[in-house]
Amino acid sequence: MKRRKFEMAAVPGNVARGVDDRFQVATPLRRLLNKVFPDHWSFLLGEIALFSFVILLLTGVFLTFFYEPAMTEVLYNGSYAPLRGTPMSAAYASSLDITFDVRGGLIMRQMHHWAALLFMAAIVVHMLRVFFTGAFRKPREANWIIGSLLFWVGFLAGFTGYSLPDDGLSGTGLRIASGIMLSIPVIGSWLTSSIFDGEFPGTIIISRFYIAHVLLIPGLLLALIGAHLGLVFKQKHTQWPGPGRTNDNVVGERMFPRYALKQGGFFMVVFGVVALMAGLFQINPIWLFGPYEAWVVSAASQPDWYVMFLDGSTRLMPAWEIYIPIGDGYVIPPLFWPTVVLPGVLVGMSVLYPFIEARRLKDYRHHNLLQRPRDVPARSGLGAMAVTFYLVLALSGANDVIADKFNISLNAMTWGGRIGLLLLPPLAYYVTYRICLGLQQHDREVLAHGVETGIIRRLPDGRFVEVHQPLHREDGELEYVGWVVPKKMNRLGALGPAIRGFFYPIEKPAEAPVSPAPPVDSETERSEITSGERR
Amino acid sequence: MTTTHPGNAGGDQPVDLDDPDLSRFDIVRAGAREDDIEIVHYEPQVVPGSKAERRLSRTVALFFLLTGASATAFLAIYIWWPWEYELGYGGDKWYTPLLGVTLGVSLLGIGFGILTWGKKLLPKEVSVQDRHEGEVNERDRTVTAQTMLYMADELGVKRRPLLGVSLLAGLAPVGAVAAAPLVGGLISQPHKNNQMFTTGFAPTEGGQKVRLVREDGRPIRPADISAGGQITVFPGIDHGVSNKYADSPALLIHLRDADAQEAREANVRIGHDDFMWGNFAAYSKICTHAGCPASLYEQQTNRLLCPCHQSQFLITDNAKPIFGPASRRLPQLPIVVDDEGYFVATSDYTETVGPDFWERP
Repeated sequence: MKRRKFEMAAVPGNVARGVDDRFQVATPLRRLLNKVFPDHWSFLLGEIALFSFVILLLTGVFLTFFYEPAMTEVLYNGSYAPLRGTPMSAAYASSLDITFDVRGGLIMRQMHHWAALLFMAAIVVHMLRVFFTGAFRKPREANWIIGSLLFWVGFLAGFTGYSLPDDGLSGTGLRIASGIMLSIPVIGSWLTSSIFDGEFPGTIIISRFYIAHVLLIPGLLLALIGAHLGLVFKQKHTQWPGPGRTNDNVVGERMFPRYALKQGGFFMVVFGVVALMAGLFQINPIWLFGPYEAWVVSAASQPDWYVMFLDGSTRLMPAWEIYIPIGDGYVIPPLFWPTVVLPGVLVGMSVLYPFIEARRLKDYRHHNLLQRPRDVPARSGLGAMAVTFYLVLALSGANDVIADKFNISLNAMTWGGRIGLLLLPPLAYYVTYRICLGLQQHDREVLAHGVETGIIRRLPDGRFVEVHQPLHREDGELEYVGWVVPKKMNRLGALGPAIRGFFYPIEKPAEAPVSPAPPVDSETERSEITSGERR
Repeated sequence: MTTTHPGNAGGDQPVDLDDPDLSRFDIVRAGAREDDIEIVHYEPQVVPGSKAERRLSRTVALFFLLTGASATAFLAIYIWWPWEYELGYGGDKWYTPLLGVTLGVSLLGIGFGILTWGKKLLPKEVSVQDRHEGEVNERDRTVTAQTMLYMADELGVKRRPLLGVSLLAGLAPVGAVAAAPLVGGLISQPHKNNQMFTTGFAPTEGGQKVRLVREDGRPIRPADISAGGQITVFPGIDHGVSNKYADSPALLIHLRDADAQEAREANVRIGHDDFMWGNFAAYSKICTHAGCPASLYEQQTNRLLCPCHQSQFLITDNAKPIFGPASRRLPQLPIVVDDEGYFVATSDYTETVGPDFWERP
């Protein structure tokens, strides 16, 4: 019997045909491959958070193979000599084992911790980008809310995570957390007792935190991230204004191959940076802290950075206890306000902000074009106010270290923080507002009068004037369209090419800071792509 | 085979896929148009076969080879480098940094290789896609709304109100059933055995007073602490020095004469006449603010500072909070020296130890 010749080259085609016969994927796949993404460096910040999350999942799974979530008391007998023979919880002992007795365990632990810090940092910076550029406006309010929740769920993930080693520092954090829960009026003692199964610390909290940290919270994060990305995909990304960009189109690159390659490369870079940090910079050296003992603490006990602002608010809070003289009397401790009420207010404000702004401006239209922060001074001012508020709190969270290093009175630091928290945010609002107006003014001025040339001309009557290069024809007029206005002559190509290159000059003119946009050289293309209204 | 483009945005001619003159890019462009995408600008960045292309290819290849070398180095270090912990400055201290550098470089190598490939070697393009979100299909809205309303009609909840009411009445307990094991399993009475108001210093059931002991369990004589000194003390009971009695630890302070006199007078003012023994006073170490150990004692000012949130307590004034967020003084442990010359607690703390809560008073 003659065997049919096997054609290697036909295999992919046959397989593809077979798959499409069964699943009809050709059309949706083409749509996916073709999807257009706008590009700008500031759109990559959220991706750092996404990539950090992937690293967290990978390294976290590794850690679970060796970690023992139990508070059973054991005598440490591992490689780290200074703690040998010390009674400690099994959780702390197994964390030490990951550090010293699992080959490569320390770098995995440090990658996990650094990735967690980066995850939260990227979320915050991404959130600032979205806020200051107005990307949260209709139709993207839901995604803004999901993003705000992601911060707080990430916060919980971080807190439960760094509590797990059960070392001296994290135990103190847990103690404070129990104090915070206790401070909630009416239900505080019941809540704390239920979570810790009795009095602090009890014997079960680590096991409960463990399942929350490895299953419940990551599950929630995964669901929220999925929804977040799904909405970005469905609603299409926002874009900056610019030539050819309208509220009704997306100008950018198709997703495959170039855009996807850049994403993949960026992921590897983030991964690599986390690996470098994990190898070179020590983070959370739990072996130096010793096991958690309720009576031991050292100065400079600071939580991870994203918790520090709440530590600061707790430090700044005056000792205002509210006593309610009913029956035997009840109290609302001062701890309640900065640690329970403040985060609640912050969540509420961030979640509601898109709706408040829309209502205030009576603006219920769809917005797919971003705004430069200078064009919306009130919002930018509010943002600056929030950032300042946050910074004062975060710095106050480290006020003992600052007081120590700079030889300042600790009490003066506390009072400075209290006063600063009230004075600086309004000041930041005012300054930001004025800066925004100034920048706007300058943009308009350049559009109307042209770019400064640096050429000073003396007039016959002795006066000196600077020559400006107008951006429009003599009788023309230019309108501001919400994008960068060239302000230097070499942005107009008027000067010779900037000379770049280290060893030898590369003759290449400096590029204007605009992301890819359709060229406007030929009339036909121009009419094709500028359909629709300009914002 | 011919594809047609009904309602195409560009309104261009259908593309004949069998046309031999058609390039692959033409098909791609035609396909993109079907998704309302116009590739308006497509420009190769390097001329095929040019010097620039060869140079860039070499760069990308170099990055990938760097990755390979670095990853190999990682494996070699992982396997052969001495990694087991030793005291002092051994080679093992370099294990993690070396792993980090080799892993980091290998990942950065892939990253930059891919980025260079994508950003420099692939053609630059600008595509424009329509969003289509402004076009609301009122017809679809109406049809969907009517379909859903019709579903409600079919169910007939409006005509048969009994069904709705009984369904709700039936489902509510089912919801409670789902929550019951969770709430019932987790809930724990906070005042079991009066646990929030007692510590390990409470006299034993036989009325035996509890000794103050050090961290190693040895009892303490007055002579053990010099004037101005202080020591953390624990209840001398089973597991007294452990987190099981996290609320018990106290700070035993030997005050100097003048300070002791002041502290005694302050004690008398609030009816704690015999809480001190000689110049010795013991105060709970657990901060009344958030529960950290308030353990930084400043001899000169007789202040006790909690390092977590900087609450400061004045020992010579019944450990009253004088700065920071704490609103309640540290509970004092009444102490005395027993027949054998060791410190004992005459009773438990008379105030609640630890962070404040709603029903504390």
